[in-house]
Amino acid sequence: MVSHAIVRTKNIKKKYVMGNEIVEALKGVNIEIAAGEYISIMGPSGSGKSTLFNMVGGLDKPSEGKVYIDEVDVAQLDAYELAWLRCRKIGYIFQSFNIIPVMTALENVVLPMTFAGMSTDEARDKAARLLATVGLGQRLMHRPSELSGGQQQRVAIARAMANDPAIILADEPTGNLDLTTGKEIIKLLKDMNEMSGVTVISATHDMKMLDISDRVVWIRDGRVDRIEERSALDIHVGGIEGEPE
Amino acid sequence: MTNEPESDHPDTRTKLPNSQGTVGRIIVLPWSKAAEIAVRSIKVRFWRSIITTSSIILAIAFLMSIWTSTCLNLRLTQEAIDRPALRTALMKGGLDVPVSSASLNKKVAGSFSRLLSSIKTRDRWLIVLSLLVCVVGIVNAMLMSVTERFREIGTMKCLGALDKFIVRIFLLESSGLGVIGTVTGILVGFFLTMFRYSYTYGFYPWKYFPALNLLQSAVLSLFIGTMLSVLAAIYPAWTAAKMEPVVAMRVEA
Repeated sequence: MVSHAIVRTKNIKKKYVMGNEIVEALKGVNIEIAAGEYISIMGPSGSGKSTLFNMVGGLDKPSEGKVYIDEVDVAQLDAYELAWLRCRKIGYIFQSFNIIPVMTALENVVLPMTFAGMSTDEARDKAARLLATVGLGQRLMHRPSELSGGQQQRVAIARAMANDPAIILADEPTGNLDLTTGKEIIKLLKDMNEMSGVTVISATHDMKMLDISDRVVWIRDGRVDRIEERSALDIHVGGIEGEPE
Repeated sequence: MTNEPESDHPDTRTKLPNSQGTVGRIIVLPWSKAAEIAVRSIKVRFWRSIITTSSIILAIAFLMSIWTSTCLNLRLTQEAIDRPALRTALMKGGLDVPVSSASLNKKVAGSFSRLLSSIKTRDRWLIVLSLLVCVVGIVNAMLMSVTERFREIGTMKCLGALDKFIVRIFLLESSGLGVIGTVTGILVGFFLTMFRYSYTYGFYPWKYFPALNLLQSAVLSLFIGTMLSVLAAIYPAWTAAKMEPVVAMRVEA
């Protein structure tokens, strides 16, 4: 691969203790995600998909094995460094949008830049630009309660892009949206991916997502079932495009 | 383990700071911004905030009414020694006025600690109990607020908030409510007591108004009320700060 690996996992395992049983959610996963890729992680619920997703996003630590984000071993980082990583390197997008309810759209986008130490004026300018990019230039001062689901997810995308992260981590970004809005959000994520070269990693059930992914990682029973390249996918999912799953 | 794999982009490694000091400067939340967030949170949950505040209003109002009546009793009985008309009024209202001025002067030197020590033991216990109940009430309300806001807290952490930012926001919120509640409580306690005394003794409580002692009581009440609301918020704030960022991913309400 020409570009370097932005995320790399080395034989990661995750065990949970449930009562007196040990459940192995991940049974040794090796994946490598190149900078600038658009990756979808797919798998049924209970497959370990979310666990893997949280690990590559620096939200969870493996019981065994290593996760490297931008060639840094996540397990070696202390609380400050992890916060720094989340602030600067990773932008998070959630199924339930998670726009901070007490803040306007603009303030939501400004917040991560405030954490990153940017001056208020500079952050406001940049936030306004980002919101314009996602098509919300007219709604800077709206509260989340005054925005539709699709609009809230656009704010979330602008917020995720605030500190020019290397990775956008999207957890079921279309899970709470209708078909058309979901498509728009997927397209917007793809635009961001192409425009700024940000790596997009998304966990999803949404077949619409497959069309635009560079690669799809299928997880089954705690292991990587298969990894499909875009070229193979076109034939594979061509028939079901546009269907609501 | 220090043997990390070789990076083909060495610059990315140096960008990640490795000492706390560096990161502390990089990840920031100015106090003004934290205060802004805290004020918003109070406003958005206005009725909830009022319920939280009411427990401190009630406790401080009770404390202030006891102190106000103690101040008034001392001052009025002192003044009554040379004023037969006032003495009659006080006796009618049920206040016991000592006959000899010698025993009285010893008691009322006007100092604040004397005033505190002249509060009845039973009343002191009641004050302590009411303050304790108030603290428990605040802890309860703040904990509820923390569990309710797990998603907001998780999201903030995903955006790079440090534990101390979350603690800062919750402590500011609680102390803000504490100051508002305490000031309200002081005013309520003071005025209710003054009305009660005016009703029983007419104009006398205003004529012999123990301004200095009352001011001292008010300042002490303000201090106690604010301290208690900050103390009560420590555990909920700590609970909030310890939340993992991954809770933001939870889908269920």
